Amino acid sequence: MANRFDVRRQNGFVSVAMLCFFLLYLPIATLVVYAFNDNDSVVIWKGFSLRWFHIAWNNALVIESSIRSFQIAAVAAVLATITATMAALATTRTKPYPGLTLKYAFINQPLMVPEIVTAVALLIVFSRIKIWTGYSGLGYLVAAHTAFCIPFAYLPIRARLESMDLSLETAAADLYATKWKTFRHVTLPLLWPGILAGLMLAFVVSLDDVVITEFVKSGGQDTLPTYMLGQLRRTVTPEVNAISTAFLVLSIGIVTAFFFISRKRT
Amino acid sequence: MFSHSYHLMVRIKLVSRLPPVNDHAGEGNILTAIRPAVEAKGVTRIFRGTGQDSVRALDNVSVAIRENEFFTLLGPSGCGKTTLLRLIAGFDYPTDGEIQLYGQDIAPLPPFKRPVNTVFQSYALFPHMTVAENIGFGLKMLGKPKAEIEARVDAMLKLVHMQELKNRRTSQISGGQQQRVALARALAPQPKVLLLDEPLSALDYKLRKEMQIELKRLQHETGITFIFVTHDQEEALTMSDRIAVMSAGNILQVGTPWDVYDHPAERFVADFIGETNFLTGMVESAGNGQARIALRSGAKICATAAAGFRAGGNATLMVRPEHAKLVKGRGDLTGTIETIVYFGTDTHIHVRLDEGDVFMVRQQNSRSASCGFENGDKVGISIGDDAAQVLKD
Repeated sequence: MANRFDVRRQNGFVSVAMLCFFLLYLPIATLVVYAFNDNDSVVIWKGFSLRWFHIAWNNALVIESSIRSFQIAAVAAVLATITATMAALATTRTKPYPGLTLKYAFINQPLMVPEIVTAVALLIVFSRIKIWTGYSGLGYLVAAHTAFCIPFAYLPIRARLESMDLSLETAAADLYATKWKTFRHVTLPLLWPGILAGLMLAFVVSLDDVVITEFVKSGGQDTLPTYMLGQLRRTVTPEVNAISTAFLVLSIGIVTAFFFISRKRT
Repeated sequence: MFSHSYHLMVRIKLVSRLPPVNDHAGEGNILTAIRPAVEAKGVTRIFRGTGQDSVRALDNVSVAIRENEFFTLLGPSGCGKTTLLRLIAGFDYPTDGEIQLYGQDIAPLPPFKRPVNTVFQSYALFPHMTVAENIGFGLKMLGKPKAEIEARVDAMLKLVHMQELKNRRTSQISGGQQQRVALARALAPQPKVLLLDEPLSALDYKLRKEMQIELKRLQHETGITFIFVTHDQEEALTMSDRIAVMSAGNILQVGTPWDVYDHPAERFVADFIGETNFLTGMVESAGNGQARIALRSGAKICATAAAGFRAGGNATLMVRPEHAKLVKGRGDLTGTIETIVYFGTDTHIHVRLDEGDVFMVRQQNSRSASCGFENGDKVGISIGDDAAQVLKD
């Protein structure tokens, strides 16, 4: 494997790689370390303590916004994944036709349009709707999150569908499976790893969104990221580090779990 | 509209009520032998391309395939053989015409309502299922009870000699084994007709020869009508009861392997199947299925000819390489040997005729003597009275 042209043998490869890892992980490592700081400062180390975790855990606002974050992420990720699955089926189970590329662009629009533009647009539209309907619940956040999560769910599902042999579905139809049974017994099981990957991506993307949430949310609808952003405007304590660390552990946990589930399926 | 859909429902019921093929076994061979299992009547399929160009993949094709027959659709790629197979399977619908299964038009039915199964060129085995689950899939979709499915799957595994690999994933077995699973899966629901779309093309030479024999055995043991698609003329000749030779959306000839090889209806068939020499000449006299032809070399030879050839017309003659003989001295044709190719069982000798064309003679080899000719020899070619045939162009 490791021949003369292997990238790992290029001059300076190791140093560049080390620098990248250093820049990526040093801030995160610092954040995690100072979460255990027994001091009010996030930069001056005093000693080891779980005090800030304790404080965060007992902070009703933290818990409330965390729960809200998970609620929105769960609903939005599921809705986005269902929509993305249908979109992926519709855009791959067809011969290329004029306008198909336009549809790809349309579905992936949230990836291309600057988030701030979407955020302002949603703010304007939703504020009108709020006046007309009088409704000001979490629905707006769920709708917004679903919309920008769709491309994240769509991409892995489409990739999976494109690598799937179309003759499998033909074979199922030949063996007396109706369209629904073909989907249920052949397409869906084979697509499952892609769907899980899409679901996971959508969930994580929804969980840490700040910009759109900040613009769309009504009073008292802070998610954990917007709550933390609000905290930064006041005095910064290692409580923020503690919350972030807990979040980090949770994210790694979710990703790992999804990885093992999807590996078992394939 | 209403009466049409009602009509369709009746048809569907009729098709699903057809008794399995095996039940006919006792009815007597004369009746079953002449009964068409599948009949295409004036089938046309036009593929509309982008813009103006459209392709006539099948052009008013009619053919009757008999019950219990090993029937082959043979032709070069693009001739429409796979299109016809897909129309019978239900993966595609004819632009015009009827596809009948035991007398009922099945052309409007979706594939899952046709008692017809397919062995795909790529096998199309379900990668997320075991060998046994693959084989039982059709029966499961038909809603058969579990015990029945298990029994049938076991019987199928036995039929294709795959019992030990029952619980393997399809990715864990070899190409030849995948082929057997694909066959077992298609045979398990006991279809009226089995369609095979170039199923042996992915196998290496030796395995392909083995599977050819295996397929013949399976067809014999199950008594199911096989419709086999191939572009390999040798495969078609060795396996089929009857062959339909196709070209450019038409069926040119239907007949036994012997028919299409030795009595081709037209030039394309003679050219596509086996190796052939073509000679041009003029009809001197014709009648009674025989013709006397004056070749360009001046020699006159006898040939079999269909009705319709008249004295004075031009004619293309076909002579198979094994039906001509190389002689020292003058024959019906004369020329110079250009190349001698040794094939083990026989030798192919290419002779440059005095008129300029190349003529090939195939000569059986023997252990004790060489072929008796050398490159550059002036030789004669003798064509027997029964060796040549006049062809339609």
